[in-house]
Amino acid sequence: MLIAAALSALLALAVLGVVAGAEMWRHRLVYFCCMIASLALLLSGVKHLGQTPGTGPAIVLPIGLPWMAAHFRLDNLSALFMVVVNLASAAASAYGIGYCSHLPEPRRVTPFYPLFLFGMNAVLIADDAFMFLVAWEFMSLASWLLVLADHKNAENRRAAFIYLVMACFGTFCLLTCFGLMAGGEGGYSFPAMRAARLEPVAGFLVVLMALLGAGSKAGLVPLHAWLPLAHPAAPSHVSALMSGVMTKVALYGLIRILFDLHAQVQWAWGAAIMVIGGITAVLGVLYAILQDDLKKLLAYSTVENIGVAVIGLGLAIAFKASGEKTLAALALVAGLYHMVNHSLFKTLWFLSAGAVITATGQRDLGKLGGLAKRMPWNGVAALVGAVAIAALPPLNGFVSEWLIFQSLFKGPSLPHWAMKFGVPVVGAMLALAAALAAACFVRAYGIVFLGRPRSREAAEAHQVPLTMRWTVAFLALLCVVLGAIPVTVTDALSHVVTPLTGVQFAVSADLGWPWLSPVSSTRGSYSGTVLVMTGVALCAITLMLVRAFGTTRLRRADAWDCGHQEDIPESQYTGQSFSQPLRRVFCSSLFSVRESVDMPEPGDNRPAELQVRVVDPVWVGLYANIGRVVDFFADLVNRIQFLTVRRYLLMMFTTLVFMLLVVAVRQSR
Amino acid sequence: MSAVFWQFLQIILVVAISPLITGWVRLVKSRLNGRQGASATQPYRDIYRLLQKEAVVAHSASWVFRVAPYVTFGAVWLAASIVPAFTTNLFLAQAADLIALVALLGVARFWTALAGMDVGTSFGGLGASREMMIASLAEPAMLMVTFSLSLISGTTAPAQIIAFVLSGGVGIEVSLGLALAALVMVAIAENGRIPIDNPATHLELTMVHEAMVLEYSGRHLALMEGAAMVRLTLFMALIGGLFAPWGMAQPGGGEIAVLIGLGAFGAKCFILATALGLFESSIAKMRVFRYADFLGGALLLGLLATIFLYVSEAV
Repeated sequence: MLIAAALSALLALAVLGVVAGAEMWRHRLVYFCCMIASLALLLSGVKHLGQTPGTGPAIVLPIGLPWMAAHFRLDNLSALFMVVVNLASAAASAYGIGYCSHLPEPRRVTPFYPLFLFGMNAVLIADDAFMFLVAWEFMSLASWLLVLADHKNAENRRAAFIYLVMACFGTFCLLTCFGLMAGGEGGYSFPAMRAARLEPVAGFLVVLMALLGAGSKAGLVPLHAWLPLAHPAAPSHVSALMSGVMTKVALYGLIRILFDLHAQVQWAWGAAIMVIGGITAVLGVLYAILQDDLKKLLAYSTVENIGVAVIGLGLAIAFKASGEKTLAALALVAGLYHMVNHSLFKTLWFLSAGAVITATGQRDLGKLGGLAKRMPWNGVAALVGAVAIAALPPLNGFVSEWLIFQSLFKGPSLPHWAMKFGVPVVGAMLALAAALAAACFVRAYGIVFLGRPRSREAAEAHQVPLTMRWTVAFLALLCVVLGAIPVTVTDALSHVVTPLTGVQFAVSADLGWPWLSPVSSTRGSYSGTVLVMTGVALCAITLMLVRAFGTTRLRRADAWDCGHQEDIPESQYTGQSFSQPLRRVFCSSLFSVRESVDMPEPGDNRPAELQVRVVDPVWVGLYANIGRVVDFFADLVNRIQFLTVRRYLLMMFTTLVFMLLVVAVRQSR
Repeated sequence: MSAVFWQFLQIILVVAISPLITGWVRLVKSRLNGRQGASATQPYRDIYRLLQKEAVVAHSASWVFRVAPYVTFGAVWLAASIVPAFTTNLFLAQAADLIALVALLGVARFWTALAGMDVGTSFGGLGASREMMIASLAEPAMLMVTFSLSLISGTTAPAQIIAFVLSGGVGIEVSLGLALAALVMVAIAENGRIPIDNPATHLELTMVHEAMVLEYSGRHLALMEGAAMVRLTLFMALIGGLFAPWGMAQPGGGEIAVLIGLGAFGAKCFILATALGLFESSIAKMRVFRYADFLGGALLLGLLATIFLYVSEAV
């Protein structure tokens, strides 16, 4: 009931957004109501999270296709994702109250924003393939319109075009996937699909199509190409939702299909998905390190985190197919935990990026710096987000990566040789991704918030409105809480995992409440709670010891800098120079990075130039070639456009004859 | 005596003897260089002296610069207190395993690197950038060592790995040798030792760790230096504990066993510190871009250590 009311409210708000006009208070009202609706949906999600499987509320509405009604149901998995989606949506909506007046054209954003929220929530509660796909497209198109909000920028138009093409491709794949699962009789409701038994070939295609369809929305390499273009092009609170939440809805689709609707997936698919996840994680973070645009950096970091979560999903499939149900549950909990975490810290960082852009008008790392002093709230919140995203204890990012490592370390116990050798390699990839993510966010935070301002705008940055500060502080607090009491989170997640893996499972089974002790206590355990308390105690003791044995005097002076005292902010390390060692070590062959220095002759007073050339291997190797092939065939087909009526009629006639022949041949057999 | 008591002893011990170990390494190196050298207790005096001095903080520094020394020292101290040095009967043994240990060292590094960038000088950024490049290879290498140890012993908790080794569950294995080699290489990199970094350098362009803490003075510098000393002790306890756990006291061993454990820990630190001094005196520092070869080698050794387990199983 609450859900239906909130969803219809979102639809009504879209209308209100259209008539909002130039009056800013109406826009604020829309965002405020969106926040209320999100909170209502969040509440219902929390309420149903721990329900006994199979007892979730369901409703059948007489809309949609004439021969089938629209089915909706809220089961445990949907409830979890409803919490994830609406927690971030509530934060982004609250942020929007203050942010909408800073947008160049709020009227292009406000009407579509509630529609976007509606679409994402509708995907989660759909209980038949038709409603799922309609809601999926709703979500895609609403976000596409939001990407186009600033359509005067040619780069944004290109981003929107590529996004639209990829979204169509993704939906096409999902359509095929559901079609195969429905079979010849057309059982499009989810319960019918669960009951269906597929031929091996059809099963193979279902998994492939699900992976392509949901993977392209989630940003798995090599289908990620649209993501770093489209996410940054939208206004920041929408970017936050696209990156933090819409990718999760995509993974929801993947989990729904691979664990629920078509639950008999081969272990080899699990291994393949795990490897794809590993490659996505490493490539995503390497791309992120190369970026100079703050929002693009964050978008690529999303690609990395999706990869990390997908490693967990792939492992879970492999374990489940091999009968190791407890380990499957562990890997799935780890993957879900990472999704929850990522939705929090990525939303936090995108909202912080929005605040930085509002305060300075800049999103180029080379123009920022020193903002921690001018925007203290955002400075602290973004630091918490950076520590969480870099997977460092005691925050939430570490807990989920710890769980994924623990389940990876059990991977070689599977009997397949591919897993025995593949899992250590994926483990190395995950470790590399985690270490590089730390480097990436030291770079992002250090360049944007620390050091001296690199431009006049950064030096004159001002505080942003209160709602924009509170929301990031709230998200930062959640990152801390989810890291400090991990067992409470994993217990909640085990309600979701139980129906999917068919095993009663608790990560804390062995040692009780504050200890994460998967499988057995002798296999390694972690307690964020105890670690936080001890760490805080040790830091406090350090402080007291320093006070007791030393002096507390402090003097402010100019920076020493080995005696090179000057007041040129340009002498600081920039984003480019910070990433240079990493670029040289990791990217010189993968991205064919070439650096060339143009040094003028003595006596010539033009400035020296350093040029860095980076080639995107996926774009150049894959998409450019696909584009070429499409162009070639488009040229061929183009000739048909200029025929005479006689020839068109001839073509129709031959087609008809051909079709009839096919029917005749089939009937004669 | 209970695990809580031994935990307190361990927490105090790692901080108390760290300056001595660093002082001993310096003494060994100066003797090998033909110098008289300062006494091994000199680092205690250095730290006390730094604590007495006023801290000078740059105008451009934010709160991160002032908080970082405390967080860095606290994180390294916490990490050192969970590595069993003389007994595995520790209260915190279940709170964190080797993965968490790697991550705690990562916390210290994260904050030090941020502090290096905070003042906005070129050297700070240089140090931070290079440190993160080194870490991006050293951290995965250490996790791969963890992976192979966990496959051998079935656990990632250091106390239980040690108990497994002591119970004679493992013989001489190729994997263990490879893992040891990888861990030693990581230890050299993490502690900023020759050939990766030179803790005694005064040439700006070769600095890594020293460049990040260049702007620190007074009590802040004391904490940063203290953190480096505790980190060295940590790695000695880790290598000595995991690969030569003999003498380590176990739960239920009584006080005598702990005394033996303390003696064994002292002996291990003495041997490892002397070996470190010898090694550092006999090798030259590398160029920055050769670090990648060195640490990439460590990562591959770690990976090979896990894969060799199956190869030896299959043969």
